[in-house]
Amino acid sequence: MKFEAWNGFVSGDWQEHINVRDFINKNYTAYTGDASFLAGATDRTVALNTRLKELQAIERERGGVLSIDTSTVSSLCNYAAGYIDKDKEIIVGLQTDEPLKRGVNPFGGIRMARNACESYGYKLSDKIEEYFTYRTTHNDGVFRVYTDEMKAARHCGLLTGLPDAYGRGRIIGDYRRIALYGVDCLIEQKVADKKAVGERIMDSETIKLLEELYSQIDFLKKLKKMAGLYGIDISLPATNAREAVQWTYFGYLAANKEQNGAAMSFGRCSTFFDIYIERDMKAGILDEVGAQEIIDDLVIKLRAARHLRPPEYNELFGGDPMWITESVGGMGENHRTLVTKSSFRILNTLYTLGEAPEPNLTVLWSNQLPAGFKRFCAKLSVDTDSIQYENDDLMRISYGDDYAIACCVSAMKVGKQMQFFGARTNLAKLLLLALNGGIDNMYGTRLGPEEEPMSDEVLDYTKVKARFDRYLSWLCRLYVNTMNCIHYMHDKYAYEKTQMALHDTDVDRLMAFGVAGLSVITDSLSAIKYAEVRPVRDENGIIVDFITTGDFPKFGNDDDRVDEIAQDLLRDVIGELKKTPAYRGAKHTLSVLTITSNVVYGKKTGATPDGRRAGEPFAPGANPMHNREENGALASLNSVSKLPYIYARDGISNTFSIVPEALGKSEDERVDNLVSIIDGYFANNAHHLNVNVMNRELLMKAYENPEEYPNLTIRVSGYAVNFCKLSREQQKEVIMRTFHDRI
Amino acid sequence: MQGRIHSFQSLGTVDGPGVRAVVFMQGCPLRCACCHNPDTWDFGGGKLVSAEEIFRKIQRLRAYFGKDGGVTVSGGEPLLQADFVAELFSLCRADGISCALDTSGCIYNESVERLLSLTDLVLLDYKYTNDTDYNKYTGMSMQSAEDFLARLDALGKRVWIRQVIIPTLNDSEESVRRLYALSERYSCIEKTELLPFRKLCVEKYRALGIDFPLENIPEASEELIERLKRH
Repeated sequence: MKFEAWNGFVSGDWQEHINVRDFINKNYTAYTGDASFLAGATDRTVALNTRLKELQAIERERGGVLSIDTSTVSSLCNYAAGYIDKDKEIIVGLQTDEPLKRGVNPFGGIRMARNACESYGYKLSDKIEEYFTYRTTHNDGVFRVYTDEMKAARHCGLLTGLPDAYGRGRIIGDYRRIALYGVDCLIEQKVADKKAVGERIMDSETIKLLEELYSQIDFLKKLKKMAGLYGIDISLPATNAREAVQWTYFGYLAANKEQNGAAMSFGRCSTFFDIYIERDMKAGILDEVGAQEIIDDLVIKLRAARHLRPPEYNELFGGDPMWITESVGGMGENHRTLVTKSSFRILNTLYTLGEAPEPNLTVLWSNQLPAGFKRFCAKLSVDTDSIQYENDDLMRISYGDDYAIACCVSAMKVGKQMQFFGARTNLAKLLLLALNGGIDNMYGTRLGPEEEPMSDEVLDYTKVKARFDRYLSWLCRLYVNTMNCIHYMHDKYAYEKTQMALHDTDVDRLMAFGVAGLSVITDSLSAIKYAEVRPVRDENGIIVDFITTGDFPKFGNDDDRVDEIAQDLLRDVIGELKKTPAYRGAKHTLSVLTITSNVVYGKKTGATPDGRRAGEPFAPGANPMHNREENGALASLNSVSKLPYIYARDGISNTFSIVPEALGKSEDERVDNLVSIIDGYFANNAHHLNVNVMNRELLMKAYENPEEYPNLTIRVSGYAVNFCKLSREQQKEVIMRTFHDRI
Repeated sequence: MQGRIHSFQSLGTVDGPGVRAVVFMQGCPLRCACCHNPDTWDFGGGKLVSAEEIFRKIQRLRAYFGKDGGVTVSGGEPLLQADFVAELFSLCRADGISCALDTSGCIYNESVERLLSLTDLVLLDYKYTNDTDYNKYTGMSMQSAEDFLARLDALGKRVWIRQVIIPTLNDSEESVRRLYALSERYSCIEKTELLPFRKLCVEKYRALGIDFPLENIPEASEELIERLKRH
């Protein structure tokens, strides 16, 4: 392959094959300095950003949705070109014909689309309703095959947050390929792949892949057409920085028009963009102000992305989230840092455009990162709370140096791996189910192996553990089988054509399972083991509460006696999951991640032996339960850092909230101390850290008068969210959550 | 050997440089009016632990210390259990962990001298700058604090002077000027810190059934501290 657009680039394998990693590796300029080179926002940027903020304010006033196009099914070419302010935009493209107007995407399930319209006072058009009476959605497909047991597990919340009524998300197209190669070249490659696949034995897997390749090629053509609506031809590679960003963004935009996936990441693009920016700067056609403008404009577009969800979805996930995750930084396999000036530029948007939860800026942290970059990140955390950190030294071992994060903590090699999102199972509920011999004490549902409820006056650890293991084994088989149904049907009825066209044809698949309530079940087992736990039974002999006397070690105090219980649980869960093969040969992975959904999961779970009352929230992700730590924040971080990533390769999320005064006396000290804390946490092989540097007073004020703090961003498990967009209940829970405020 | 500690805090950032583990010792002979840890006064309170056990907890936090951090032993008054703290410090130092001592300097004896030889940094709480107030609000003489400082100077220790600024008691520019003047006489002083008087401890007093003598004095504002720093 040879294109004029590549002039000035160092040649390599990337010119022979689709290989973005090789292109980056051969061409990027590492930057080891500090943030002093950065430029601020231009008047143009400020004006455009202000316009978007005004629209967001109206959106809030209207209950969270500005408007809905109820008569068009969202897809790549179904809307006319839309602009925020056409004359001011450097990077163009909106999901519908107007900013923040939401499209409907019923492919995941028509009911969810209908409900979402109705809850905001709209009605889905008859035309769409009629069309979908003839068309099978993903949701229809899944419910045609779900067994009674799957439905029961879903109903009582043992398996929960399942992607069976909306797009599964968690798939990251390698949108950079569009900029580097142009769409025509990508089509040619897919045509050649399809020809080669056609030579294989025509079994169902091959036939399925062939049909998918047909759709991928079809949608690459639509992608070109979509760009054409904006008067831009993306057949050939991008020739400059602005085009590189525009071509890449078009890929993301097309994916977002086609799919309403729960979490659709942007990828790992800033260092890729930097190569074009550097080339333009050398050529004298771009300066720092111009470079920042391009990145700012991209981020404005990402901040305008929206999906139409029913209010219950927001109750579960909190704050209308998109999880447009962009992974920044990290090290190369050759020990050269992948930090470039554009890594700074994309983070700098939190200053140029103000703090915001999207895009979900995720710093891939390595102890070897340049000091200037570490300090800049820590300063951003102190100033905005808007970034999260993940351990690059840990992930690079499994995923190489061109992976990105999907959603909050899920790593995958960009363009080479995809994920079947597996929601999560509620382990605390499973323990209660086991103790009651297969009766769910909140819903009365009968589920799982039928045993007598435990009749012991005082619970015996060995007996409880043996019983729990039997139920875990049953559950894991059910869990994998349920996921297999969901993803079979998603592939069949809502296949991600644009995103998969931006992957290698023979893609590596991961199936990402998850657990909720890890610290609750860990402390509960610890209580049974080290204290005295007496079950309280109702008139039918069902255990509904516990009387726990005596002290017991609690997760979050760096105490091996209990921390080992948590580690063993993860080992057992992933071990059991692997016993049931996953759809399409996917590799089983596991996450310890709950978004704000820890509130809802808690609501659905009865009292637990650790002293948690029925209905009380769980701690989020892998966090220790609130107010159980006795030795302060670092001991708490240590407990979480002991959870082995090898058992939970889909990520282990931890949220760290601290008041500024507890981090040091001056801003400089706070920044340095935060760098030390993150360095230390990751040196201990921990995986992920959300950092909130904030005080309880501010949160209380925001709770009382949310409209006065529209941009107050906080980090919850794995992503940032506007505090004012959380439900009242979630806001309360955030305030209650342990603040590390000892001074 | 065993020592009596009040608590162990894994993340301290305001008692010495960098990220530090802080061990709060139990027992104090002083009764400072502004004390925010009245629960550390009682010699019989807290819990008995071995130096080895605390050392192992500190060691678990090594990764967070960076180049400046380490351990700070505070209290209570650590000098009361100087032998125990000395054992803890020698374990820490052998492991390359920097050791700071947060003290009023109210005791000086052989054990204290040995402890100081194992201390990298002394945070000396120099509570007032006139003897009357020193006696009245702490029960200790200013002379013994200054004697302690003179000994630190002779030993060539690194010292940070710290004073809690309490509105109406020691917040005059004159008083602060006298405090800063110490560093002209004692070259061991690296830094003088003014700490704002806070009333987060009120609940502790209530729980212990002790009157908080400064209940009616307002907290020191950030502006006051900033103004005094410029003295």
